[in-house]
Amino acid sequence: MVVGVLVVLALALITVSYREGDSGRLDPVHDVAASALYPFEVAAERVAQPFRDAYAWFDSLFDARSDAKRLRRENERLRQQVIQNQFAARENQSLRALLDYRDGPSFPRDFDGLAAAVIAQPAGAFARAVVVAVGSKDGVEPNAPVVTADGLIGLVTRVGTRASRVRLLTDGQSAVSAFDVKSGADGIVRHGRGSRSTLVLDRVPKEDAVRVGDTIVTAGWRSSGLSSLYPKGIPIGEVTSVGQTDTDLYKQIQVEPFADFTSIDSVLVLVTKDQGEATP
Amino acid sequence: MTSGVRIALLVFLAALFQASVFSAIQVLGGTPEVLLVTLISIALLRGSIAGAAAGFAGGLIVDVATFGTLGVTSLLFTVAGFWAGRYGETTGRDRAHAPLLAIVVITLLVGLAAYTLNFLLGEDVSARQALVTTLLPTLGLNLIVGGPIYALCRWVLRPAEPPRQSREVEVVV
Repeated sequence: MVVGVLVVLALALITVSYREGDSGRLDPVHDVAASALYPFEVAAERVAQPFRDAYAWFDSLFDARSDAKRLRRENERLRQQVIQNQFAARENQSLRALLDYRDGPSFPRDFDGLAAAVIAQPAGAFARAVVVAVGSKDGVEPNAPVVTADGLIGLVTRVGTRASRVRLLTDGQSAVSAFDVKSGADGIVRHGRGSRSTLVLDRVPKEDAVRVGDTIVTAGWRSSGLSSLYPKGIPIGEVTSVGQTDTDLYKQIQVEPFADFTSIDSVLVLVTKDQGEATP
Repeated sequence: MTSGVRIALLVFLAALFQASVFSAIQVLGGTPEVLLVTLISIALLRGSIAGAAAGFAGGLIVDVATFGTLGVTSLLFTVAGFWAGRYGETTGRDRAHAPLLAIVVITLLVGLAAYTLNFLLGEDVSARQALVTTLLPTLGLNLIVGGPIYALCRWVLRPAEPPRQSREVEVVV
């Protein structure tokens, strides 16, 4: 009997509470009862707080190992993502600079620029070269000049179907006919014996007035059917020191290249316009 | 202190701690149902009427304290307390395994009934979540806390000792 009454009472409570929702007649009663219980709940929570803290401490110890493993994995993934983003941003910046250079007035008019990423750098202390991701299929031929937005960096020496090897200006075998824009002094730019990226402007007669700060560009000469491999006017570098001795026939001129040879990400391979169009 | 007062105190404290402390503890997805185990213990020790009344009161306190639908927990715990009490009065009487068996069966039935009731009331509850992911760990936790809680209830509800009778009689002549 008692149980039946309690069950019916419970069912009645459910019905009234459910039908009237949050703003029914039971709501004030509910509020009063909850308010009456509140101090006891607070007291119970305070009493239990040290135990809960202890439980949380043990629980965190239990989870710490798996958490550390998960966070380490996540950290690794995010680090790789950051590196990829930085790489993409840098590549984007480099390619944008190349495009600006190609569309700018200093770009040689007889040439097209094939943008290419640097995909490899041969190992070794002596060879100064890079491998770029364009080849004969793209219209690249041997001896094609290669530039960045900053200036000349080298020459294609070997051409594959989809990749080419570029010998850098800093290689000992490179030599470029060049002249000083301000004084008009001609010479040959080759690798210097100082640091890995230092160039020298050789074969400049003593009487030519080359000064520190002068800009050196490619000469691009033409003579009786022969012509330089490099188009005229591509920036190479800036004169950093000028010297001469009584025993030497020529000036000793050091040139700091505009291009940064330590971090070449992308380049423009210059192909003559008819070659580029003839490529299938 | 009478037995009724002690039962009321036990139920009140168990309901309070259940609503404010134990509900927040999750172990492997389950929560220890200290109030339910207390009710089962009271019912086994004091019978079906006491179990049903304790279940109703305890459930109502939980519903009020948690701002749930009034009567849901009361209904479930009333029936659970009554059933546990009947079991204690009949086949479970003086059996050592009665508390653990009652905890297992009642925890499972209350879980199933709670899912059904909430489903009928339109609550969006996943059956897998309610009946597998949560219920089985809860059952394990109830079994763990069952022994100590039953012992505590038995100690609190122990019958008062009869007045000591003197064994020796001094005859004064």
